[in-house]
Amino acid sequence: MSRTAAEIIKEFREIAAHPEKAIANHKRETGKGAVGIMPVYCPEEIVHASGYLPIGMWGAQKKTISKARTYLPPFACSIMQSVMELQLEGVYDELSAVIFSVPCDTLKCMSQKWHGKAPAIVFAHPQNRKNARKVADAYCREEYAIVKEKLEDILGVTITNSAIKESIAVYNENRAACRRFSDIVADYPGNICPSDRHAVLKSRWFMEKSKHTALLNELMAAIESEPKKKFTGKKVVVSGIMLEPYEVLDIFEENGLAIVADDLAQETRNFRQDVGNDEDALLALAKAWNDFDGCSLATDAAKPKGRILIDAVRKYDADAVIVCMMKFCDPEEFDYPILLQEFEEAGVRNLQIEIDQESTAFEQIKTRIQTFAEIL
Amino acid sequence: MELNVNEASAKELLAYYQEKCDEEARQAKKEGRLVCWSAALAPTEFFEAMDIAVCYPETHSAGCGAKKCSMDLLEVADQKGYNIDICSYVRNNAGYLELLKQEALTGETPEKLANSKASRIPLPDMVFAVNNICNTILKWYENFAKELNIPFICIDMPFNHTMPMTRHTKEYIVGQFQAVIKQLEEICGRPFNYEKFYQAQCQCQRTVYQWNRVASFAQKKPSPLNGFDLFNYMAMVVVCRSKPYSEITLRRFADELEEKNKIGKYAFGDAENEQHRITWEGIAVWPYLGGTFKELKNEKTVMTGSAYPGMWDFEYIPGDMMSMAETYSKVYLNCCGPQRYEDFYKVVSNSKSDGILLHLNRSCKIMAFLNQEGAEYVNEKMGVPFVSFDGDQTDPRVFAQAQFDTRVQALCEMMDEE
Repeated sequence: MSRTAAEIIKEFREIAAHPEKAIANHKRETGKGAVGIMPVYCPEEIVHASGYLPIGMWGAQKKTISKARTYLPPFACSIMQSVMELQLEGVYDELSAVIFSVPCDTLKCMSQKWHGKAPAIVFAHPQNRKNARKVADAYCREEYAIVKEKLEDILGVTITNSAIKESIAVYNENRAACRRFSDIVADYPGNICPSDRHAVLKSRWFMEKSKHTALLNELMAAIESEPKKKFTGKKVVVSGIMLEPYEVLDIFEENGLAIVADDLAQETRNFRQDVGNDEDALLALAKAWNDFDGCSLATDAAKPKGRILIDAVRKYDADAVIVCMMKFCDPEEFDYPILLQEFEEAGVRNLQIEIDQESTAFEQIKTRIQTFAEIL
Repeated sequence: MELNVNEASAKELLAYYQEKCDEEARQAKKEGRLVCWSAALAPTEFFEAMDIAVCYPETHSAGCGAKKCSMDLLEVADQKGYNIDICSYVRNNAGYLELLKQEALTGETPEKLANSKASRIPLPDMVFAVNNICNTILKWYENFAKELNIPFICIDMPFNHTMPMTRHTKEYIVGQFQAVIKQLEEICGRPFNYEKFYQAQCQCQRTVYQWNRVASFAQKKPSPLNGFDLFNYMAMVVVCRSKPYSEITLRRFADELEEKNKIGKYAFGDAENEQHRITWEGIAVWPYLGGTFKELKNEKTVMTGSAYPGMWDFEYIPGDMMSMAETYSKVYLNCCGPQRYEDFYKVVSNSKSDGILLHLNRSCKIMAFLNQEGAEYVNEKMGVPFVSFDGDQTDPRVFAQAQFDTRVQALCEMMDEE
């Protein structure tokens, strides 16, 4: 007998809450361990092609920061504070390697102060992606080749071009499934609450992607087979690095707000587009980065994020955009003044809330969202 | 104001030519020539070759801080939605840009601009973003290009996570040099002037030579150079290193230092006034330049080392693009920890510093977040003590003089014990 959507979501929530179990399971099943993926935009397919489990390192919710204070001033973003705390506690010591990208100044520094036991692999994304596309492709491909070689050395495996191509196909299938899931949630706002939506998408960071796709397909079939519940609230599009802790998502639900689309670095920005099918798999991955649009960490003077958000508002008939500003994340903060102008010109209602992983008190966010929901 | 260049002091030359730089940009705008706003460590030799006037917002913001007129501009940026956690150079500059924009749109000068002590610079026709110091630069000019709908010219100098610098990184940068040339040809509607470019490169080398000559006086003990003067004279090597007058000014200053050294006159006058020597890590606290300097002077502490002014040590071979790419990319803040810490160690040891003062600069994550590691590395090698203080390069609200004084006094006690 097929499972209900609620039962499948429960499984997703369990996975999202326990990455350590995912690592243990993967090890048991394949004999291979896990590679940590620091935010953001690592060419994970290379790790996947090695047979190791890529595992996202997105900090922890409501983590008290104490040890990290020695190494990071209080004005480092909240996600890096918790990543630093976790590494000092030895939480990441089980990983076989950790991969750092360095698209912001904080990540550049974080990549140089890694205190975990696993070796750290650092690579840079090219940022002159529009005016110097050809050399940006070549540079990025070479950086990815170095990541591949270092992984081969550390893990003692060979990662072939065809294996990466197969992994790209697995990832593209997962991306398509995630996009479809996001659309189904938009269509069933009464059935799937914001925190469930988040748990489903977050769990992809801890699952081998074909397994995530399979579970997601099961979930989508279950949702579509169940009666559509009436939704009387308002629809919003959210933007930012990430939207956590769960308590914040619950405030959305309590105030009748459904998330019909997201533009989060932890969620949709990873599956908004597919990777192409060049014969050279590393080049395909490099081109995907240079094609990628709409993130504060991928330089583009056209700044298309506003347009992407306004288009999403129209496509999903949303009532507003909520900008979830990661505390002390200056790249995201930079986008805000431009977004404000664009929202105003397009008549899009909007609200900014501050995201702090460390936070345990949510009264301010509650008041802001409550007031905003009432205005809507 | 005209100046007898042959007789003027370095200080007079500095004031004269700093103003002249801004005046040239204003004049260019008046005559309908192009003006670019550029990152401070960008290779503006390309723009010199095409007769494009260049303004440097980082220097401009530092000037606003030093003239204590940044608060008005920070408030304007705040109203535009710029978060208070963003680099204050950017916020200062975003506020200034907004006022210039309002003036251009309405024909009326906003009160805050009319009353500002900030040096007048014209609105840009293009921006030049080079991230060899930080990625904040990319976001800064991305916003301005979008806001004004003007060309975004960029040279991405990726973080050198592996040293020595990789060949593919150098090739990527050289490839972008070619893209910049093409972009400038399109914007200006004329071929790139390679001869003028070569001349600008040569001039840059002569300026850098004099800049390094100035900095070398801090290695002498006692030091004839007060390190705070590096912050002041830095404007020359930042804003006009491809122009002869930067060389003239810095040569004069180096000559003066040579003379001071010869006659036994040092940073604080007599030799006995130099009790301690320190390295200052980080940008100056511009709004409190006087206050920070005075406290150090009270403690007879001469700043002889600073990695920050040393970033403009752009020695390369004119005509050799790979060499130019490598030099511009190898700024210590753009390099992996081991390289950065070793560079910092050289600054501390060459300047014969007895202690390190770390500016935990709220505006500058790239500097502040590896301060501790750099100081620990040097401490292990040389045993020099270090302390840090909270501050900001242009936002006057972050710095507390009392905390600064206490930390400096603590450092001096530690240096005495050593």
